Amino acid sequence: MASLSKISLSNFDSPTTSFSSYLSNRLRWRNQSISFFSKHRSRKTMKTVQITAKIREIFMPALSSTMTEGKIVSWTKSEGDFLSKGESVVVVESDKADMDVETFYDGILAAIVVPEGETAPVGSPIGILAETEEEIEEAKAKAALAASRSDNSIPPSASSPVTQESTPSPPPHKGSSAGEGPKKIVATPYANKLAKQHKIDINSLTGTGPYGRITPADVEKAAGIESTKKPIIAAQLEPAKADAAPKVAASAGGVNFVEIPGSSVVPFTTMQATVAKNMVESLSVPTFRVGYPILTDALDALYEKVKPKGVTMTALLAKAAAMALVQHPVVNSTCKDGKSFTYNSNVNIAVAVAINGGLITPVLQDADKLDLYLLSKKWKELVEKARAKQLQSHEYNSGTFTLSNLGMFGVDRFDAVLPPGQGAIMAVGASKPTVVVDADGFFSVKRKMLVNVTADHRIIYGADLAAFLQTFSTIIQNPDSLTM
Amino acid sequence: MHSSFSFSLSSSSSPVITRSSHTFGFVSITTPNELTLRYCGLRGEPLGFRALRLSDPPRVQTWNGRNSKMVLASLSDNQSTRKSFDYDLVIIGAGVGGHGAALHAVEKGLKTAIIEGDVIGGTCVNRGCVPSKALLAVSGRMRELQNEHHLKSFGLQVAAANYNRQGVADHANNLASKIRSNLTNSLKALGVDILTGFGTILGPHKVKFGKENIITARDTIIATGSVPFVPKGIEVDGKTVITSDHALKLEHVPEWIAIVGSGYIGLEFSDVYTALGSEVTFIEALDQLMPGFDPEISKMAQRVLINPRKINYHTGVFATKITPARDGKPVTIELTDARTKEQTDTLEVDAALIATGRAPFTEGLGLENINVAAQRGFVPVDERMRVIDANGNLVPHLYCIGDANGKLMLAHAASAQGISVVEQVTGTDHILNHLSIPAACFTHPEISMVGLTEPQAREKAEKEGFEVSIAKTSFKANTKALAENEGEGLAKLIYRPDNGDILGVHIFGMHAADLIHEASNAIALGTRIQDIKFAVHAHPTLSEVLDELYKAAKVGVHVSSPVEEPVAV
Repeated sequence: MASLSKISLSNFDSPTTSFSSYLSNRLRWRNQSISFFSKHRSRKTMKTVQITAKIREIFMPALSSTMTEGKIVSWTKSEGDFLSKGESVVVVESDKADMDVETFYDGILAAIVVPEGETAPVGSPIGILAETEEEIEEAKAKAALAASRSDNSIPPSASSPVTQESTPSPPPHKGSSAGEGPKKIVATPYANKLAKQHKIDINSLTGTGPYGRITPADVEKAAGIESTKKPIIAAQLEPAKADAAPKVAASAGGVNFVEIPGSSVVPFTTMQATVAKNMVESLSVPTFRVGYPILTDALDALYEKVKPKGVTMTALLAKAAAMALVQHPVVNSTCKDGKSFTYNSNVNIAVAVAINGGLITPVLQDADKLDLYLLSKKWKELVEKARAKQLQSHEYNSGTFTLSNLGMFGVDRFDAVLPPGQGAIMAVGASKPTVVVDADGFFSVKRKMLVNVTADHRIIYGADLAAFLQTFSTIIQNPDSLTM
Repeated sequence: MHSSFSFSLSSSSSPVITRSSHTFGFVSITTPNELTLRYCGLRGEPLGFRALRLSDPPRVQTWNGRNSKMVLASLSDNQSTRKSFDYDLVIIGAGVGGHGAALHAVEKGLKTAIIEGDVIGGTCVNRGCVPSKALLAVSGRMRELQNEHHLKSFGLQVAAANYNRQGVADHANNLASKIRSNLTNSLKALGVDILTGFGTILGPHKVKFGKENIITARDTIIATGSVPFVPKGIEVDGKTVITSDHALKLEHVPEWIAIVGSGYIGLEFSDVYTALGSEVTFIEALDQLMPGFDPEISKMAQRVLINPRKINYHTGVFATKITPARDGKPVTIELTDARTKEQTDTLEVDAALIATGRAPFTEGLGLENINVAAQRGFVPVDERMRVIDANGNLVPHLYCIGDANGKLMLAHAASAQGISVVEQVTGTDHILNHLSIPAACFTHPEISMVGLTEPQAREKAEKEGFEVSIAKTSFKANTKALAENEGEGLAKLIYRPDNGDILGVHIFGMHAADLIHEASNAIALGTRIQDIKFAVHAHPTLSEVLDELYKAAKVGVHVSSPVEEPVAV
């Protein structure tokens, strides 16, 4: 029986090997129409229903690897329009180009959350799609919620909070603003923009600027951002200090590393830069790990049987993980905003692939639904495309759960970093002959591998992972269900 | 006074000789036959006036009494020319319009005087286009230096950019003085008399300048320009509530400035102020920012020039009351809904710039003396810039150019109108095609346009029954723009697919203001797309943007299929 490591190696016929502790699910090689939807369902049926209907949010897609936010150029559809799958809904401007974004679902555009001309961060909802007309109202309510969360601009309408506060008082006589009556909230244009960007309620801030107005610095403070630059105006008032400023800025920019002679500097490629960025981003997610030993003799036996039919170990592991995920949807969920569970309707298994100086995660979509043979075929195609750098963005960024395997290198256990935007990642070690003791106290040598799952503890708890791993282990140890 | 005029007149005997070849030399001495022969075909109506005027007895008397000696002298010099006026042409106002007219008049051999009550150069040179270009040059560089992302993509590293306000202000001021002295010198060198004082029209051919000085001129051009328009309710103190006149001196860079009006002036100042670190709030009475631009261009301009910058805006509201900062209180601005007329909000800012347009400066010009009724201050003119009096008749020998007539309030339009007038008074009929006059807004990137906007073109097409097509190209497709990392831009051509006439061109992008002239020249000369598309553009240059446009246009192929070209909105 081949060891897992051998198996994987043979399957990945060479430069493309599947391993890694990190997955760049946001890597993109090409710009194209993409649609991002997530489906909201109640977390578990017995829990209080949040949104039961099939209301989907349309998210700001990432159209390029450097894109962090996008501008809505125009909505090609209006609220209330029927959309059919594949139709262009909105034109988004990225840092590179304007793109049509199309829908993957039929439905009704219930509400536009981010209007034309506005900017939204990648991944934030920009519109709401309802499946039926009955759901429109609900969707609208949701949109209003989303908008109020993010939008604090002051439209010159009578309904804005600012005017509401000032109207009850008698018409302000000249200059009554500073200090008397109910305090009118004054924020500068950039402060408003920042507040919107960082979702800060401007009304909750206390201004420290002239006449008690809210300045960009106040918002940055509330958002926990270090004010990067001194406003130029302030700077130009003190020309004497001007030349001192750059030095301060330079030293504050980062740790000064000791220069070691003879070193050469190689800048990141785009892919590496994205990996680096996502790595740092991952630090904002509170993760924890749970390990589990699994006996693989049965799996190895199955593999020997199906190998001639083109089935790869990756497909077997992905299928097993997908089947386990179906039973534990929370492990397949995502925490997008720190406030809610996003249950993914599909089980898409991303598999880490090392590729010539980089890392990419081709995704086996609907791994729970495809049979082993289709899955294996699909995987071969993906690896081929990855090598040719021809993966379409949805083929590497639609993962809901990631699999990473270093077993072929003899690694017995390792710790994977959770890719931003996913709930959990499984690190698979090598399968090795191990002495095991059974329930009756008999010693035997069995092949055993250690898997280690890293998960987002905001949504996935220890017991969730334990239960998931138990299921996964059962499937691996009784692998016949994999071929069904 | 008179002696000095006659002296200067006789001293300019050489232009007078050249002038003898021009028809106006005729006035009473050359044969009337020749006069009629020459003018009839060209201009019917003015001739009648001219003839009348010649037989006007008091005028002849005055002339005889005052200048007989001088005229005799010039007579003997020129044989055929008789001088009846101090000047052939007097221009009231030495702005860009007056200057352009004066230069052309000299070229045409006219004895010309220019009256200026303030400073040579007028609004453009002293309080308009010129100093604002100096400020915008600074803001453009500041933007480049502050745009780390942009610099990084070039592989450049620059330490924190900073500026010295006084230095910036001095640059603007120095530029204005330099251009002003250039203008003054060019007038002097050409022999144009610069008469200092406020000009007033006393009657036909008679102009007063300063307190007492009266001169006569055969033709008079009013070129008195305009001043910033300040709506009522707004109190301008020149410190915290200012107009472009004050803003160009850049005495102060407020942290937060409200700009009332989002046309050219407001837009350019928003570019300057945000580059210098201010935050800006636009107040626009119409429902859309940047009214007057082609909608597609203003939409894109808003995406690039407004939304990503530290700018917010209130549209559909009037600033009905603006009180300057005083007694430790900020500038307060009362906003009133343009439709409901209800007060909606009060803004508190550090400063307010009033950029609501410009009002003609025609008061005290003596229009009542010649029975001309100004309309909202503007002097009514026909398409040849001839002034129309209160009864709807043309006032002979009186023209009005530039902002004072309000046709197209742009410096170069004034100059072009002046040249057109000089052409007419020297015997060549000329009508300026205002649709061929380009306009530019010098933001970063720039906006430029010539001819009709798309809605205007469609309206015209509807009325006249032709089709309109649109060709568009992006700066993202231009090599030079990409080399400069300035791919943000759009050029748009509005044309007639049936005959290839160019109706309008609109450009938003790097150096748009310099690019528009190929299109404006084409419109002025009547060049059609099928011809100009074979003109060669150097590669790689930004001008290829226009080349792309011409080549993208489809002329004469599918004349009657309205859905051939999808209409972009």
